[in-house]
Amino acid sequence: MKSITSIQKEIIDEFRLFEDWMQRYEYMIELGKSLPIIDKKNKTDNNIIKGCQSKVWVYAELKKDKIIYTADSDAIITKGIIALLLRVFSEQHPSDILAADTSFIDEIGLKEHLSPTRANGLLSMIKQLKMYAIAYQTQLN
Amino acid sequence: MIDIKKIRNDFPILKRKINGNQLVYFDNAATSQTPQVVIDEISNYYSNYNSNIHRGVHKLSQEATDAYEKARRTIQSNFNAKYSHEIIFTSGSTHSINIVASGYGEILKKGDEIILSAMEHHSNIVPWQMLCEKTGAILKVAPMDNNGVLIIEEFEKICNKKTQLVVVSHVSNALGTINPIELILSISHSYDAVVLIDGAQAAPHIKVDLQELDIDFYVVSGHKLMGPTGVGVLYGKEILLNMLPPYQGGGEMIEEVTFEKTTYAKLPHKFEAGTPNISGVIALGTAINYLNKIGYNLIAKYEKTLLEYATSELLKIEGLKIYGKSTQKTAVVSFNIKSIHPYDVGAILDKLGIAVRTGHHCAQPIMDYFQIPGTIRASFSFYNTKDEIDIMVKAIKRAKMMLI
Repeated sequence: MKSITSIQKEIIDEFRLFEDWMQRYEYMIELGKSLPIIDKKNKTDNNIIKGCQSKVWVYAELKKDKIIYTADSDAIITKGIIALLLRVFSEQHPSDILAADTSFIDEIGLKEHLSPTRANGLLSMIKQLKMYAIAYQTQLN
Repeated sequence: MIDIKKIRNDFPILKRKINGNQLVYFDNAATSQTPQVVIDEISNYYSNYNSNIHRGVHKLSQEATDAYEKARRTIQSNFNAKYSHEIIFTSGSTHSINIVASGYGEILKKGDEIILSAMEHHSNIVPWQMLCEKTGAILKVAPMDNNGVLIIEEFEKICNKKTQLVVVSHVSNALGTINPIELILSISHSYDAVVLIDGAQAAPHIKVDLQELDIDFYVVSGHKLMGPTGVGVLYGKEILLNMLPPYQGGGEMIEEVTFEKTTYAKLPHKFEAGTPNISGVIALGTAINYLNKIGYNLIAKYEKTLLEYATSELLKIEGLKIYGKSTQKTAVVSFNIKSIHPYDVGAILDKLGIAVRTGHHCAQPIMDYFQIPGTIRASFSFYNTKDEIDIMVKAIKRAKMMLI
């Protein structure tokens, strides 16, 4: 499995190919549309993060020493960003997840979606990813 | 006729570019933009006579006090209140509503009833819920129909002798519906109920005559009225304001203080504890003068043409549905396109330099009623143009193509 840093670098390189925001957004929308990223049985109210605008569902389970994250959103662009976040954080070791940051989102020009004013649930989602990592890290210890 | 070119020149922010595009500002129901005269007024205050009001004997304090009290009279005359001391300066509509709701905590008894309309903003729901929790009063909701129009017969049915307060927005922020406040007032008054009208969304568009309409309480926010943020108005009839206990204790609101007992100052100071937003109040007076110089009638007429144009152009987009179809509306269009999430459309419009609001607009009960997560809301002001509406419509078509 590739490291978090190398996946982030991979995504940054992919986004360099896009000429403008339109292409970036079209890609995000494609990602958002195509990915079934959470099992229906885990799309419950317990796993919901309510943003003021869009809703986000997050679920995590530990397989061996890696966390498998699944998530979803009712807004497509939000879901596209979730797909990127999961590509980076899912199937990684909890300690690596805890050490990682999300600055790659700034570098690929999607910073505004992680702004608190957007109220799309993404900031809380990242917090939730980390919370799961703390919980599973404790289990592993 | 409105001289749109001249008016647009009054608002420096309209020259801004966002992501390389000319700003199109259609979020006026959240905050209106500020004309240069208002910006200059704030600057003039801090440059020339910044000082605390009412207490100082020095020149600056006198000038500041005079300007502050002049603003009170400007607002009194704009809304035709009987006395200037019925105009209380607050930090905004939310603060104004809380002063009244909190005051009624000392007045209402268990079993008393408060009626709200189904289209209220959260700031005109939560303070009354808190009041009910405190006093044991009961909250009743007057429903609306599919067009976002208050069902007046249903409202009348829930009025009774236990109804102490009726609370209704003059204009709905999420839908733009203008409520028939004259009728609501006369029905409510026939049951001796006191009526609070949330005028936050109405004041920039509709000239209100408080005495003619016999309004009990009216609240307004400065930042929706071409004024600065952090300033607002609570109007209350003298007899009602005298009956309410003070909201906050502090300086300015007292007559005499000893450790045994404090007597409160008379109106309006009883409700203006502490140092107020002096520059904000003065600049709000300037903003109201600015609006009157253009003229409410001209503003209403021009904004109506924008509303009609936007409505007809938007409806040409296949799958677009407008929420709030009252025949009496301010220039607000709330809509969705098929099942596209409003957030996605808002994010794309933002990239194109167009500021609209997406989400539940702090009116979740309305969204629940229509069973939607939110809407895209474009709200217009007299400095907007049909050309800008064309830009938005084109952008929405582009967003729709990307998202479907």
